[in-house]
Amino acid sequence: MAQLTRSKSEHPSYALGWHTIPLKGRSQQAFFTVEDEGENFVYPYAIDVDFNKRIEFDAANLEAPAINLKIRELMEQGYGWIVVKNPLAKHSLGVGILNRLKLDFEGSLGYFGVGVIDGPNIRIKGRVGWSCAENMMSGTVVIEKNAGSCFGAAIRGGDLVCKGDVGARTGIDQKGGSIIVGGRTGAFSGFMMQRGRMVVCGDAGKNLGDSMYDGTIYVGGSIQSLGVDAIEAELTQLDIDWLTRKLALFDIEAKCGIRNMKKVVAGKQLWSYDNLEPAEKKLVL
Amino acid sequence: MAAKPKGRAPAKSKAKAKAAAKARPKEKIATGKTAVDIDHFLKTKGLDTEREKVIGQHIGYRYDVNLLPDYSKLTPFLRAYMETMGWEDLNWLEDVHMGYEDGKPAIFDRNINGWVTVSKGIKLPGNQQDRDMLARELLVKFQMSARHPLVQLKQVYKKF
Repeated sequence: MAQLTRSKSEHPSYALGWHTIPLKGRSQQAFFTVEDEGENFVYPYAIDVDFNKRIEFDAANLEAPAINLKIRELMEQGYGWIVVKNPLAKHSLGVGILNRLKLDFEGSLGYFGVGVIDGPNIRIKGRVGWSCAENMMSGTVVIEKNAGSCFGAAIRGGDLVCKGDVGARTGIDQKGGSIIVGGRTGAFSGFMMQRGRMVVCGDAGKNLGDSMYDGTIYVGGSIQSLGVDAIEAELTQLDIDWLTRKLALFDIEAKCGIRNMKKVVAGKQLWSYDNLEPAEKKLVL
Repeated sequence: MAAKPKGRAPAKSKAKAKAAAKARPKEKIATGKTAVDIDHFLKTKGLDTEREKVIGQHIGYRYDVNLLPDYSKLTPFLRAYMETMGWEDLNWLEDVHMGYEDGKPAIFDRNINGWVTVSKGIKLPGNQQDRDMLARELLVKFQMSARHPLVQLKQVYKKF
């Protein structure tokens, strides 16, 4: 069982009341050597699927859990390209897929569509509701029309693309990955962003990047207002190259020209941990 | 085209090359508010400010989290990985960088919420972009290994 033990270090921080309290018995040592591993590109527990094996099914008369189970069953049968017809804007479709897969939705999705995914390449021909691709880990999601608010909430990796407009709080608590919006985005986009990249080809609403800790936001149109601690920065050649390649990949055009895009980063004025007194830190933590 | 000289390079020219490499300014990496030498966290504990010295720990990241990948440095392993997954770029690996933990080069694995240290046998390149590519490759190998801790966790806790 884990035990809390105080460090016996004589560090000056001790006098200030700031102690190191290591959690003993919780660490794990994994024995791993690069040389022993073969060229394995998928998780050991991944389902073996073939991208060339394609299947379609009609979801009109199925409930959301049944649709998700059906996708899983088809993957277990080796189908690597699944087309879901008539999703009829049902909620929570295509969630929890931790595998390589091509998944097409021929229609719109409701709330929390394609959330908690790790690996699949998803294309949605219609619109999506709130919190699409929430907590996405990797893969690509392309939405042909518009998306609701909290688009890509807490996304950690992968490419999330909406070719139309998106609602408010896009990429709230973004921790990685790339969110690309072909049109406009609403207020408080990039709120509490910690990492990753957001590209908005159109206009951005009020308080863009409010309280962002890190990460980068690129905007092609106008910015209604910047949030607390969000500041404009200079585009570098690496930014231009990355934007050019990424937008071309998803067939999105920056109407103002990539070189004219604005770059927004954290001003790092909120990085005030070092100014806290040890006693205050204890309260915060 | 001139033929390549055979055999080992003379000791003098080797020493000259070593001296030239030493004299060359080291790449700077942006970690938080200031830019530091690329090997800063390998050579020091990263206690630079007065506050860091007092609390005995480094504040902020030890690497540039916003550094975009240079695709000209892509390795054949990463190309094969992208092809397998059906991606045309590094996808989630764009956010993976070589970091430093306890004075050793290390990669943060989000699946175990911990640092994976790079073994001593692996030679560290001299620039951050190459180091990042190495980190990406190592992380993929670690995550896809049957010995990854997540495999055991999944066996115990999986619901479906």
